Amino acid sequence: MLDWKLDFTWEILPRLAAAAGNTMLAAGGGYLVAVVLGLVFALAQRTPSRPLTFVVRELVEFIRSTPLLLQIFFIYYVGPQFGLRLSPWAAGLIAIGLHYAAYLSEVYRGGIENVPKGQWEAAKAINLSTAKTYRRIVIPQALPPALAGMGNYLVGIFKDTPMLSVIGVAELMHAANSIGAENFRYLEPYTIVGLIFLAISLPTAWLIRRFEIALRRKMGLTR
Amino acid sequence: MPYFEFLETYSGRLLDGTLVTLGQFGLAVLVAVAAALVSGLLKMAHAKTLRALAVVYIELFRGTSLLVQLYWFYFVLPLFGFTMDKFTVGFLTVGLCYGAYGAELVRGAIQSVPRGQWEAALALNMSPSQRMRRIILPQALVAILPPWGNLMIEILKGTALVALISVADLMFEARQINNNTYLSAQVFGTALIIYYIFARFMVTPVMRWLERVMARKIGRA
Amino acid sequence: MKHDMSQYPLKLEGDNVPMVRFQNVTKKYGDLTVLDGLNLDVSEGEMVTIIGPSGSGKTTVLRMLMTLETIDSGVIYVDGEPLTHMEKNGRLVRANAAHLRKIRSKIGMCFQHFNLFPHMTALGNCIEGPMQVLGMSREEAEARALELLEMVGMADKRDQHPSRLSGGQQQRVAIARALAMRPKVMLFDEVTSALDPEVISEVTGVIRSLVAQHSLTMLMVTHQIGFAREISDRICFFYSGQIEEQGAPNILLDSPRKERTQQFLSAVLEAN
Repeated sequence: MLDWKLDFTWEILPRLAAAAGNTMLAAGGGYLVAVVLGLVFALAQRTPSRPLTFVVRELVEFIRSTPLLLQIFFIYYVGPQFGLRLSPWAAGLIAIGLHYAAYLSEVYRGGIENVPKGQWEAAKAINLSTAKTYRRIVIPQALPPALAGMGNYLVGIFKDTPMLSVIGVAELMHAANSIGAENFRYLEPYTIVGLIFLAISLPTAWLIRRFEIALRRKMGLTR
Repeated sequence: MPYFEFLETYSGRLLDGTLVTLGQFGLAVLVAVAAALVSGLLKMAHAKTLRALAVVYIELFRGTSLLVQLYWFYFVLPLFGFTMDKFTVGFLTVGLCYGAYGAELVRGAIQSVPRGQWEAALALNMSPSQRMRRIILPQALVAILPPWGNLMIEILKGTALVALISVADLMFEARQINNNTYLSAQVFGTALIIYYIFARFMVTPVMRWLERVMARKIGRA
Repeated sequence: MKHDMSQYPLKLEGDNVPMVRFQNVTKKYGDLTVLDGLNLDVSEGEMVTIIGPSGSGKTTVLRMLMTLETIDSGVIYVDGEPLTHMEKNGRLVRANAAHLRKIRSKIGMCFQHFNLFPHMTALGNCIEGPMQVLGMSREEAEARALELLEMVGMADKRDQHPSRLSGGQQQRVAIARALAMRPKVMLFDEVTSALDPEVISEVTGVIRSLVAQHSLTMLMVTHQIGFAREISDRICFFYSGQIEEQGAPNILLDSPRKERTQQFLSAVLEAN
């Protein structure tokens, strides 16, 4: 039943380690795109322009309500259909970035809306421009409570990177699949990949939880 | 091929896939609800071993990727003697994965029931199980519905991954059609729209309706 | 910390056994001692009101009797039997859950914040205990509940949910709910403190009629000194986890002997 081949394990570990590096890269890259794009989505929904707000809102809802895997396929395959070739990495980063930008935009909006109205009024009273108000007054206050949510999505992105294996990005899942198919042994590669994910996501999630508790305690004192 | 013609030709297959997706979704939800209830309650048990069991389940499924879980259950579990057909592996894994997230919601909802309710039930000398069944859980149910609605959407999206273990759901059919015709925009676009319609115009309204019904039952209408 | 339990009888026997006895009861929260070797007897049918400053332990007395709090040392007896402890091999040991449930059935409690079950109607609240715990049939339970709701003046609101009832109405239903369990001892924990002044009399009226009709033993914690004077057989003034002074209402309230009692009473009078 449980016939774990130790030497096979050592054999494949380097390859999996390299793939883990790609996983981190994909997760990190996707996250960066999401962080920036998410802010754009959030701010776009707060403009006075009704049509823009509506379009962005619907777009965000659409992205959040449909599977990431399907979005990955869409972005990877639709480009070539109209002549635009995207590398698997580019398509993957764009898809993950868009998907999580939609989630993060909700986190940002929540954070921004939690900033008391009085802050906006005070900024107006000293005649700060809208851009400066956001940059110097609102966002610095919106950020700390939003950070926990942002951290959770980082872990989420990390766990979603295996989906990129289906368009050929050489991350952990892809490597495990290749190793499994080449050697007709799936036990070690899949289990190790699972353990690697656990080893990275559990401590990260724990750290985020501690951070959230510490933050809540700190904010509880100031409120 | 114009879109209308595309729909004519391939709607049958896409519909078949959609039905499989719905089946996966419905069954996964049942598994997730059961897993969330059991593990959420176990996590609040007095016995340390029971709590540990719940924690292990929750952390294991929340700390790993659904896709990794699917592959593991489909390819590795048979080596331990548990062979299941891919349809079962599909909804079981999706359900267990999101059930782990649901456990946190269950715990939060139960703890949101005011302390006074526990005390009043104790003052009436109700047994712990009567108290939980008749007083606490009904009130926790109202609290859990809004975040559970979001979880339902995640479950729906999660079912798309079962296509990667060859379950013939909407995602699978879309991919097959794409492999044959390369009409990527049409087929993936249509699939996206179908998922969207389900999430936005079926799951969400039903959950909102449930929220209203429960709120009325608790007299908070 | 091993306590010498031999000083505590296994059962209270003889004539005039008190319905409730706190014998040497201590309760601590961490370093804070809330009850300090309390000795208190309540006779059957007696109406005892507990008054005192906040933190004096008054509510803790009620909560320990209702087993909402555990005991640190001493024994509480109810109807002659130990509540917090039970007999095992001829000695007293801490009560297990089954024993607590058995004795707890003799106690009923009404809370400051009513704690009605929001997902049940007034009638539903009153039949819940009798049906689930006492095993009554629905007809029996409803008949009894309606009787009690009549008595507290809430019969016409029996199909309403608590969210539709005012504070005074909810508290009256809460009283009916507690009485439906046929307790021997009724506890009232600041039952008017969360009510608007206009509706306090609704609730005190019900309690007054309870005192007149029933031979229930009652313990009440309240700030309503005037009401306490009117209906109590005895008033206990608590200070720092002990009974500072106790006696018949008119005597304690009009001519208190201890200085702390005087200080408290004059502060309360000023506040009113």
